[in-house]
Amino acid sequence: MAFERLSERLQAVFRQLSGRGKLGERDVDEALREVRRALLEADVHFRVVKEVLERIRARAVGEEVLSSLTPAQQVIRIVRDELTELMGGANQGIAFAPQPPTVILLCGLQGSGKTTTAAKLAFRLKQQGRRPHLVAGDLYRPAAVEQLQVLARQVGVPCHTGGPQAAGDAVEAAAQGVAAATEQGADAVLVDTAGRLQVDAEMMEELRRTRDRVKPHEVLLVLDAMTGQEALNVARAFQEEMELTGLVLTKTDGDARGGAALSARAVTGRPIKFVGTGERVEQLEPFHPDRMASRILGMGDVLTLIERA
Amino acid sequence: MSFFDRLKQGLARNRSGWVEQVRRTVTGALRVRGRVDEELLAELEESLLEADVGLAAVEAVLEALRQQASAEGLRSPDQVLSALRALLAEELRRHQQSLATPPEAPGVILLLGVNGSGKTTTAAKLAAQLGGAGQVILGACDTFRAAAGEQLQVWGDRIGVPVIRQEAGSDPAAVAFDTVQAARARGARWAVLDTAGRLQTRSNLMSELAKIHRVVERALGRPADERLLVLDASVGQNGLSQARLFGESVPLTGLAVTKLDGTARGGIVLAITRELALPVKLIGVGEGVDDLQPFDAGTFVDALFGEGSRSGADA
Ligand SMILES: Nc1nc2c(ncn2[C@@H]2O[C@H](COP(=O)(O)OP(=O)(O)OP(=O)(O)O)[C@@H](O)[C@H]2O)c(=O)[nH]1
Ligand SMILES: Nc1nc2c(ncn2[C@@H]2O[C@H](COP(=O)(O)OP(=O)(O)OP(=O)(O)O)[C@@H](O)[C@H]2O)c(=O)[nH]1
Ligand SMILES: [Mg+2]
Ligand SMILES: [Mg+2]
Repeated sequence: MAFERLSERLQAVFRQLSGRGKLGERDVDEALREVRRALLEADVHFRVVKEVLERIRARAVGEEVLSSLTPAQQVIRIVRDELTELMGGANQGIAFAPQPPTVILLCGLQGSGKTTTAAKLAFRLKQQGRRPHLVAGDLYRPAAVEQLQVLARQVGVPCHTGGPQAAGDAVEAAAQGVAAATEQGADAVLVDTAGRLQVDAEMMEELRRTRDRVKPHEVLLVLDAMTGQEALNVARAFQEEMELTGLVLTKTDGDARGGAALSARAVTGRPIKFVGTGERVEQLEPFHPDRMASRILGMGDVLTLIERA
Repeated sequence: MSFFDRLKQGLARNRSGWVEQVRRTVTGALRVRGRVDEELLAELEESLLEADVGLAAVEAVLEALRQQASAEGLRSPDQVLSALRALLAEELRRHQQSLATPPEAPGVILLLGVNGSGKTTTAAKLAAQLGGAGQVILGACDTFRAAAGEQLQVWGDRIGVPVIRQEAGSDPAAVAFDTVQAARARGARWAVLDTAGRLQTRSNLMSELAKIHRVVERALGRPADERLLVLDASVGQNGLSQARLFGESVPLTGLAVTKLDGTARGGIVLAITRELALPVKLIGVGEGVDDLQPFDAGTFVDALFGEGSRSGADA
């Protein structure tokens, strides 16, 4: 639907330009105004949009219009290729530690999907024949521990909630949980943490202390695909505090265009490793940069249309 | 310079408060060219975009500012900025309304929204503010998400409000019905219904919501007094789709915007009120039970401009 709009608008821009020749500066600039609109409507941060447009412009001006494509399709192809490139290379999964267990810490804003994603990752790793354990590190949100326990039962993996010494201390609970999991032979440990605002200094400090205690091999920022411009601030702050190793984009099963993914990726330089595609524990998929690029442009499956042209 | 380096540089600039930045731009533009010009409007556009107002609404607002500037000859930076603020606040105020006063007890408040937006927490905060123990009953109509009922129960115990629950997986409409009946039987003034999070594109889940709404209407003899969409302040343009599609299943009476205690500005609310004439009724400014406030357009616009915090500003 959005693709329809972008492609139609681009066709209008290029009405006078026949299928052949080179893309002139003026045509490109006019086309890029439409691309800008599409990217902003997809929630890509406006500063990222600016940078992206410059790159696209440099690439598009003077480019030969392929006889197989209309100028509109040509521009869309360039834009899509550029976004795909910025989104990161081939898919990367979990980087496992040479010496098990691999400890994976999940962090992010309130309600982004950390607890669910922890369970989903456990499910995925278990499917792959590993022995994942879950660790509850959120002692604040009402029934957060119960939530993780219910999910752990669904997945069929152990869930550690910290011993009595933890006594309300989230860092301690996480550390004890990881220790218990290790002792019981886990080869992967997923540590859930409480949601927190990146501007909450105390809570960010707690997260750092948790990291220092559990020494994770992966620190994943869990980001809601519906996030707007704020995605950039969030990703930057978590990156600075936590040295992320990757991102997980949740709730992609809706109609959000997911420009947040591009903002977060651009500002952290970290790969998006997985996407959440539903509420159930099996609904987690590896990330595909090209699909995400098409989605941000609102192109969906129309991509194949260009490829066939 | 690489893409990332350039981006970082731009962001460093961004860090110093942008109100100052905008004021400087406005001052500069006015001094050099003596009027509100396209360059200035472009700068303002970016500022509003960054607050998630969305391109369409931004363009409309700036067009209005452009006209006002030429009609009234806005000259000083303060004039320009206060004209812009007034325009935005007026948009929000046009539909502003406080919480409904039910014709008879119990009043019913139905909370809806996408996953993780803050429905359950808002339900608890509202229950506490509407009088807590003896006055309110909470209905745990999220029978789907792991430990959703337990979450509301913990809140209920904390604030001394009874929670009507059924076992996981049972019919949420039945819980809604029970809650309304229980509120009536116990003489409660309010029933607050928490529902499961759902993405607005899931048509079967939206029908489930419509059913809850119908069942409440049947139990109550009138539609639920408030049908509030709970919106996370950090949401981008998808907020508009949420408001549209939830509204198709259950006619909304307003918005509750949560998580405004962070740096997210919630600008999409402007686009939503413009298009759907929905008032913001409540704002959430923290995870504690007291962190719920009535909406105030002026304060909201100040915060949209990065000035002051919403918290406590209504006092
Ligand atoms: N549709 C959909 N819902 C999801 C997805 N991932 C998580 N959710 C839902 O989003 C809501 C929030 O998920 P949680 O896992 O509780 O989020 P959280 O980050 O742990 O939340 P806090 O601990 O409160 O910060 C729940 O209703 C989940 O079922 C997804 O990929 N798609
Ligand atoms: N900082 C902040 N956090 C909030 C606010 N409102 C809710 N939260 C947090 O956001 C997270 C999700 O809140 P919930 O109330 O569980 O959200 P929900 O919409 O019921 O989620 P689902 O039922 O899973 O769809 C929790 O960690 C809450 O503590 C708020 O105003 N500010
Ligand atoms: Mg959680
Ligand atoms: Mg809930």
